[in-house]
Amino acid sequence: MRRLKLFLPLIVFAILAVFLMRGLKLDPSAMPSALLDKPWPVFSLPTLESGEVVSEKNLRGQKALVNVWATWCVTCRVEHPFLMQLSKNGVLIIGLNYKDKNNEAQRWLQEKGNPFHFTISDADGKLGMDLGVFGAPETYFVDTQGIIRYKYIGDLNERVWNDSLKAVWDKL
Amino acid sequence: MIPELGLYCLILAFCLSIAQGTLPMAGSYINSARWLRLAVPLSLISCLLIAASFAVLVYCFVIDDFSVQYVATNSNTQLPLQYKISATWGAHEGSLLLWLLVLSVWSAVFSLRSRALPIILRARILSVLGLIASGFGAFTLFTSNPFTRNLPFIPGEGSDLNPLLQDFGLVIHPPMLYCGYVGFAVPFAFAIAALLEKDSAARASVSNEWTRWVRPWVNTAWSFLTIGIALGSWWAYYELGWGGWWFWDPVENASFMPWLAGTALLHSLAASDKRQLFSSWTLLLAIFAFSLSLLGTFLVRSGVLTSVHAFASDPTRGFFILIFLAVVVGGSLTLFAFRAPTEPSSGYRFFSREMFVLLNSCFMAVMLAIVCLGTLYPLIADAMNWGKISVGPPYFNRFFLPVMGAVLLLLPIGINLQWSDSQPVRKLLIARIKPALIAGIIAPLLLLALSVPFSALALLGAWLGVWVIASTLLDLQHKLRNAFSIQQGLKSLRPAYWGMCIAHIGLAVSAMGIAFTSLASEQRDLRLAPGESAEVAGYIFNFQQIQNAMGPNYSAQHGIFYVRAPNTDIRTLQPEKRQYMASGKVLTEAAIWPGFGRDIYVSLGEALQPELGDASAWSVRLHVKPAVRWIWLGAILMALGATLSVFDKRYRNKYKNS
Repeated sequence: MRRLKLFLPLIVFAILAVFLMRGLKLDPSAMPSALLDKPWPVFSLPTLESGEVVSEKNLRGQKALVNVWATWCVTCRVEHPFLMQLSKNGVLIIGLNYKDKNNEAQRWLQEKGNPFHFTISDADGKLGMDLGVFGAPETYFVDTQGIIRYKYIGDLNERVWNDSLKAVWDKL
Repeated sequence: MIPELGLYCLILAFCLSIAQGTLPMAGSYINSARWLRLAVPLSLISCLLIAASFAVLVYCFVIDDFSVQYVATNSNTQLPLQYKISATWGAHEGSLLLWLLVLSVWSAVFSLRSRALPIILRARILSVLGLIASGFGAFTLFTSNPFTRNLPFIPGEGSDLNPLLQDFGLVIHPPMLYCGYVGFAVPFAFAIAALLEKDSAARASVSNEWTRWVRPWVNTAWSFLTIGIALGSWWAYYELGWGGWWFWDPVENASFMPWLAGTALLHSLAASDKRQLFSSWTLLLAIFAFSLSLLGTFLVRSGVLTSVHAFASDPTRGFFILIFLAVVVGGSLTLFAFRAPTEPSSGYRFFSREMFVLLNSCFMAVMLAIVCLGTLYPLIADAMNWGKISVGPPYFNRFFLPVMGAVLLLLPIGINLQWSDSQPVRKLLIARIKPALIAGIIAPLLLLALSVPFSALALLGAWLGVWVIASTLLDLQHKLRNAFSIQQGLKSLRPAYWGMCIAHIGLAVSAMGIAFTSLASEQRDLRLAPGESAEVAGYIFNFQQIQNAMGPNYSAQHGIFYVRAPNTDIRTLQPEKRQYMASGKVLTEAAIWPGFGRDIYVSLGEALQPELGDASAWSVRLHVKPAVRWIWLGAILMALGATLSVFDKRYRNKYKNS
């Protein structure tokens, strides 16, 4: 009986080895959102533009992109002109200003133009936490029911949009 | 021609390792003295061959032989010489060769220093080391040959070493870490050889004897690993430009897990050595420490986990290491399950040192489980289709730190207990009142001195740290109470005791450094134009100007900051943003004003673009980090303590059975 106990480490290792084996076949860098096909998390935050309080209900009724951005994010600077172009082409974009200072973010929109239908101001990053934001920029594809259908990490640009994201958008 | 010579040496060494792994082992079963005697010369010759092979690779780097693919992808003619040499182990293939070199040097040193061991035991240990070397040799030769040529199209210029690695910290970090990892191969081989003893009486006698013999080896390996991990943390701190010193990243955890197992082994060996206790547990820990080193290699080299340290990842390589891991770890745990002694250890009392060594083991095992689970959980979740998850610092901090706090709380009680002797709880507690009070007085003063804001956690961290240090020093004083003079008393203490005191003080220093830095660091990310100033924690940062500068293989923008401390001390700090020519990679070189009490840390972010207004404004990151240096100072003390114990005369005794 006492001997059986000594097999425990071996059993633990065997289980571990099976997982490592499976792990080899998986690609860790593909990172879908944990909230895929789930409704947008509940929140109640002011908008950057007017300070009016919005909630997840404001995301329903029309399909939209929710773009996570911040003034400290260098890639967002690169992404911004393309967002302007998308919004001109009729894509509804809602901004999520993530862990940022309101005055700096407002100045950014004044100087560069505002592609957003409205911008949720998530200054302390709580909504970002609920969403599982890794960093900025990130873009969520939300359907008319307010359900997250897709998440894209990195900057939106002409190439990725035409290659794959446009199809996702059209399907929403 | 020269690279082929290196490859030839490597192949030859591989063949000899196979011989070393099989012949002496077979000899121990068929009683062939001739085969047994092969172990020592085989290990010495293969060490020389691998050293030669390694030297050839270094030579290829030094003369810029870009016909060798590995050199072409990791070096460049403009690379300074010291980095050309360190580029040898800057990527996958070369670091494996370094691993092999370290392993063969360890086995050569072992074969020279083990004359006192019984011949069969010695041959078996060397055989196990030979088997490990042949596994790694096969891995290097068949999946990661560093000598592969780029013929006939020789590139005129190499694509340069990853700029992050062009740094002193990274020159010595991998060799230190590998010495630690591989160092655990010796206790592992010892444990296997002990388990291989056929009759249980001989096994029990070896299990009891091996502990004293192996202690200096474990201490040395553990010291190297401690220094290796500390160097990695120091490097991340000043080179990654974030001001963080530990990220709970899979690669860091991979080196931390063997360290935790090694720490438990170190303490458990003391109990096994002095009191013949926990012998199967100690054997298991010896197997674990090395297995976790192998697991770490697997995690780092196979790319099953994403990490900030983006290393070459390749499923074939991962598969190979996994098979190797299964054979080595699975095999040794099977052997352990069938052969480990099951006799219950002779009884020990609750308030005895044994009990606290056992507690230490439990705590280390719990921390190990926490780190292991956190590191592998994303992998397990992915495999079970629970989704992609990344486990971050909040998890690790929440679970790890309380256990660490408990370790610090109980440590002073443990060191004050006697082996096998139980003391009444009341007496025990009374004896602890003095250090507890001393810590209670010093802790707030320490926070004041370091200008760490008072908070419950900061006070607790300071109190725990001082409590450990005060108890250690009081114990030292207690040991000297009967000496005629202090000098004579100090001389009479053995190195092992000194080592223990220094290492425990080191742990307390590291713990306080971690607590103060985490709780009281001030950081500001802001936009500064030349001529503007900012204030962080009483320090005034004045951004003077930005200049263009040239390095040997990079161009840089060189910022000049005047920093004025509250005591009006002024220092110039010069952070840089470097662009490396060959790879075009941009790297932030932080500027640090180091200090015992605090570090001032400035790093340049991005040049902000003209449309924002002033053309030359930069995003700048300013930190004031109290006591951050204590983290590494403590690690140095821990390593020093463990090394000092190696020189204890006790370990120089002859092996009793010989």
